[in-house]
Amino acid sequence: MMTPSLEKNRVPKIKSFQRALGDNAHVNETPMATIKMQIKRLNFYYGAHRALEAINLDVYANCITALIGPSGCGKSTLLRALNRMNDLVPQSRAEGEILLDGENTLAPNVDVVEIRRRVGMVFQRPNPFPKSIYDNVAYGPRLLGVNKRSDLDAIVEKSLRASALWDEVKGKLHESGLALSGGQQQRLCIARTIAVEPEVILMDEPASALDPISTYKIEELMQQLREQFTIVIVTHNMQQAARASDYTAFMSWQMSGALLDATRAHAGRIIEFGATKNIFTNPQEKETEDYITGRFG
Amino acid sequence: MKSLTNSRRHFRRRKLTNAVMLVLCALATLAAILPLVWILAYVAQEGGRFLSVEFFTQLPTPVGVPGGGVLNAIVGSAMVVAIAIVIAVPISIVAAIYAAEHPNTPLGIALRFGTDVLSGIPSIVMGIFAYTIIVLPQKHFSALSGGIALAIIMTPIVLRSTEEMLKLVPRSLREGSLALGASEWKTMWQVLLPAALNGIVTGMMLGIARVAGEAAPMIFTAFGNPFLSADLDQPIATLPHTIYVYAISPYKDWHAKAWTTALVLIVLVLGLNIIARAFTAWQLKKMGWR
Repeated sequence: MMTPSLEKNRVPKIKSFQRALGDNAHVNETPMATIKMQIKRLNFYYGAHRALEAINLDVYANCITALIGPSGCGKSTLLRALNRMNDLVPQSRAEGEILLDGENTLAPNVDVVEIRRRVGMVFQRPNPFPKSIYDNVAYGPRLLGVNKRSDLDAIVEKSLRASALWDEVKGKLHESGLALSGGQQQRLCIARTIAVEPEVILMDEPASALDPISTYKIEELMQQLREQFTIVIVTHNMQQAARASDYTAFMSWQMSGALLDATRAHAGRIIEFGATKNIFTNPQEKETEDYITGRFG
Repeated sequence: MKSLTNSRRHFRRRKLTNAVMLVLCALATLAAILPLVWILAYVAQEGGRFLSVEFFTQLPTPVGVPGGGVLNAIVGSAMVVAIAIVIAVPISIVAAIYAAEHPNTPLGIALRFGTDVLSGIPSIVMGIFAYTIIVLPQKHFSALSGGIALAIIMTPIVLRSTEEMLKLVPRSLREGSLALGASEWKTMWQVLLPAALNGIVTGMMLGIARVAGEAAPMIFTAFGNPFLSADLDQPIATLPHTIYVYAISPYKDWHAKAWTTALVLIVLVLGLNIIARAFTAWQLKKMGWR
């Protein structure tokens, strides 16, 4: 739905995100990146309820893609579809395709365990296992059959360094992961995720339970991780999306006139997808503009 | 003004109701605790008189002969309970995992219903059952049959407490593990069971405390043995059964020994509980859970 009053290429009219976009080091790049994951015509159902409708989305390699939108619009459902965590929900069902390097992860013969190793996930609330810091990070590699102490030591150190936690915990690797602060726990969870060397990292509001300093550290960390990984992040914090992401998809579940069918009424859709700078300064859709300027609902 | 006086009167009534309820709560609490304190004090008083080191280290003496102990029953109880643990705990935990993972499948529902029914069956029925299927075909009483009878009593207790504890483990831990590419089995074994360990051990302790005090099934299975025995295939003495035998005897000194044996049984079960709780507290602290 193109609204006539919002023609392309005019002077950016939304000012509130200038500062956040200014902090975004990659904002003026238009990465000619390869597509890492491609979502095609995805419909997703919880029982009879359609949670996602006709989702098409390209996730570019070594970029950060942000999913924003109001609560209940299906951002988390979409994110969790990418590593098939939704399989855990009884009676959930996906239609369409999600391609990872061109292979459909929704195909029936796909090994879910392998998908989840290649597409790791960081959750909203830090969820370290009730084990030592070392064992938290070594958990994934051990699952993959790495058992030699020296190999594990190397992986643990490398992962903790990559998650910017090493200096804070190197003296207490064998203390419990639960003894760390919330922000440290979340970075431990990131270390745990990158220890199995995934290709894509999904982050479900990774900083929403953290204080501003911990949030800043997580965002800083994401910029380092994008060199090596492809990141998809769900966030409620639009400043964060503007600061940290290369691409932004705005999702919504608002009922539009054509969709009065009850089962589809609240299905989440992607309203607009594009380079983060464009979404936050010059959205093409009225719904996007209403949301990011705070006029939503 | 009228409304103010009203509210003042109302306030007085509220305070009075509060005081009355508080007294009732205190009385109810007292009534609940009193039997426990009374029993413990009485057993300690009656049993304490004959308590000595010999009571733990010597075999029973015939009627009228002073001294002697219940070493055979302590060893026997430990053996019978150990057999029950070895049989009941693995079965209970594996079944509890199934029940917690698949609560709404027909088998899961049947399992929960079955354990509820099983835990309601009187222990003497378990004794007769073990008597019929093990003692009668073998034509002799044995420690093993006693252990099996206790295992049947213990299973529903351990099963239900393990199941409840597994359900209490936060879903986020399971998701965290699965998101790393762990299988359901690995997740259960490496994350969920350790996280639920405290509750599982507490359930085991409850089960042990319950079966260690069972006398009725022992009459039909372990039967009792005045001599020291560690033979699974032979009759064996147990503490509750010894209490029973001493208590129904017509002899004064055996009555006294029944009290002392009861004290020993209570102290051993209590001690086991304390050790187990200390162990889990230490485990939890190591994991930083608390």
